[in-house]
Amino acid sequence: MGLFAQTVVDAIDTPEVEWKMMAPLLVLAVGAIVLITITSVVPRTRRGGFPAAFTITTAAVAGWFLKVVWSGLGDHAETYGIWRRQWIVADALMIDGFTIFVWGVILLSVFLCGGLLDSYLRREGFDGPEWYTLMMISAVGGMLLAAAHDLILIFLAVEILSIAVYVLAGLHLRRSDSQEAAFKYFILGALASAFLLYGIALVYGATGTTHLVDIFMYRSTNAAGLSPLTNSSMMLAGMAMIMIGFAFKISAVPFHVWTPDVYQGAPTPITAFMASAVKAAAFAGLFRIMWEGFTYYVDDWRPVLSALAIASLVVGSFLALAQTNVKRMLAYSSIVHAGFILIAVYAVPGVTGIGGDDPSRLGIEAFLFYLLAYTLMTIGTFGVLTAAGGVDDANHELADYRGLSKSQPVLAGLMAVLLFAQAGIPFTAGFVAKFRVIAAAAANEAYILGAVAMLAAVVSAVLYLRIVVTMFLVGDELVAHAVTDTDDDAATDGVADETASNDHLGEASTPFGQVYTPKPLLLAVMLAAFGTIVLGVFPQLVEPILTDAADSLSTLRQR
Amino acid sequence: MEVTATWYLILSALLFTMGLVGLLVRRNPLIMFMCVELMLNAVNISFVAFSGALNDVAGRTAVFFVLVVAAAEVVVGLSLVVALMRRRPTLTADDLTALRG
Repeated sequence: MGLFAQTVVDAIDTPEVEWKMMAPLLVLAVGAIVLITITSVVPRTRRGGFPAAFTITTAAVAGWFLKVVWSGLGDHAETYGIWRRQWIVADALMIDGFTIFVWGVILLSVFLCGGLLDSYLRREGFDGPEWYTLMMISAVGGMLLAAAHDLILIFLAVEILSIAVYVLAGLHLRRSDSQEAAFKYFILGALASAFLLYGIALVYGATGTTHLVDIFMYRSTNAAGLSPLTNSSMMLAGMAMIMIGFAFKISAVPFHVWTPDVYQGAPTPITAFMASAVKAAAFAGLFRIMWEGFTYYVDDWRPVLSALAIASLVVGSFLALAQTNVKRMLAYSSIVHAGFILIAVYAVPGVTGIGGDDPSRLGIEAFLFYLLAYTLMTIGTFGVLTAAGGVDDANHELADYRGLSKSQPVLAGLMAVLLFAQAGIPFTAGFVAKFRVIAAAAANEAYILGAVAMLAAVVSAVLYLRIVVTMFLVGDELVAHAVTDTDDDAATDGVADETASNDHLGEASTPFGQVYTPKPLLLAVMLAAFGTIVLGVFPQLVEPILTDAADSLSTLRQR
Repeated sequence: MEVTATWYLILSALLFTMGLVGLLVRRNPLIMFMCVELMLNAVNISFVAFSGALNDVAGRTAVFFVLVVAAAEVVVGLSLVVALMRRRPTLTADDLTALRG
């Protein structure tokens, strides 16, 4: 019966999955699903702090699994040489020091933002499991992005990362600002995705593959005939479009226009998450593509990156000075930080650097250290803003922060530490990070970039000092001013009255509205500030991980 | 006259540009949103054209992933548009000016 014989299909080859190496990713993904399942069957009144506790625990467990993965990499030393890297899931994901470090940064961000969200949702009176679930799913997308080596998977990871955050930005149902921010973020994010996707299609057309290593090998072996469409202008156009797509995600000038609006309109803990995890993941994706896929085109993309970096540093630091809203100021400051991180991406080696020369390692290490330092600083700062902003994020004008040191000395002190760190004062993580980036730029003979970075650091220091001065020095006369100033400030007073009627919010009352500093938020901010100082005083603590990441990235690529 | 892959690529580029221009010019949130979908699906034509020319199945596989992502974006995008429109039924993108500075 030949007919039946034909219907027997050969077993489809399924990729071998190293479950253990994927554990941190899986823990977070499963955690998100379990959380939404449990909370959907538990009555609302019984939940309490469970969603936040669950999220923080999940992130901590996933973080513990990072250690397992870290030591697991060593098991394959014979097979994979000294490189401590491993392909999993049919070469689509790669686990190496770089992946593990970025995963750690993203998990740290989920851990801290979980604390911020708990306090925020209690104050705003929202019931929150979906906030935590979306945040975890977004983080899963970010973790995928950091490990992905196939352009299609990179696109999917970017979308998983972004779509959840579009929703998060608009979840504050009482504020129309929140929905406006979500819509702007969505339209510009979708535009960026379309550019990214078109770039991927063009690169696929030019090389006949979507795998980063194959794209790399394609040029290095000059394999004629792999694609009959071989066309280097198509390749360059694709590369440019991929860079445009990522430039939107990392909010580099001139693709930054959405950033201030979205950062201002989104709920503040979500802004913290967007500025830390989402940005770190997008940078990791950009780094991977540029460095692992387009290595041989380094002379083509380096000028573009340096132009983006210079534009971000200059425009970001100067426009920040013109702002009066603290959230917008910090949005521009995050654009300046993006410029710094772009310099670190610029400072990765070209083809000649493969094999672990000093300039190459400096760039990779500066990149990763900056991501970690920036994540700590930015979550801490937006954490303080979460508390100081008051109900419905109403008090984010610079004037609302006057005299914060009188009413909330602890909060104001932490804010000062974090802002000084962002400005790059010595003995903080911000200083070490900026120093490393500029050193890496100098080692790559990009002196102009280094000089612009230093100037931008000086200009943006004015911005941070302005906030600190407002908090500390203009306290007394402002208290008197605010008490008498009842006529033209009716909106703020209305909010203050509303909060005063909520008994469970009972904390120190100030003339400018209530500042609510619950313990989870305060702990998260303290942790961030503590981490910032520890990293600044003992930067060598993360050195082994950085070395390993640089090792695994400085080797020749092969599947 | 033979229709080669190049024709499809040109069609794809034209549709992508139409979507981009529409996104920048139109002020109705719903139409802007349709323009984004047009851009994504224009890229799909490119993927299929390349896939045929390269005789490689990866491009056609990619289209399925893109379709799924586009569907997910529709869910989120439409619900955002509905949330905005419910507040102000005659809303255009020019009215979204609360956040500026």
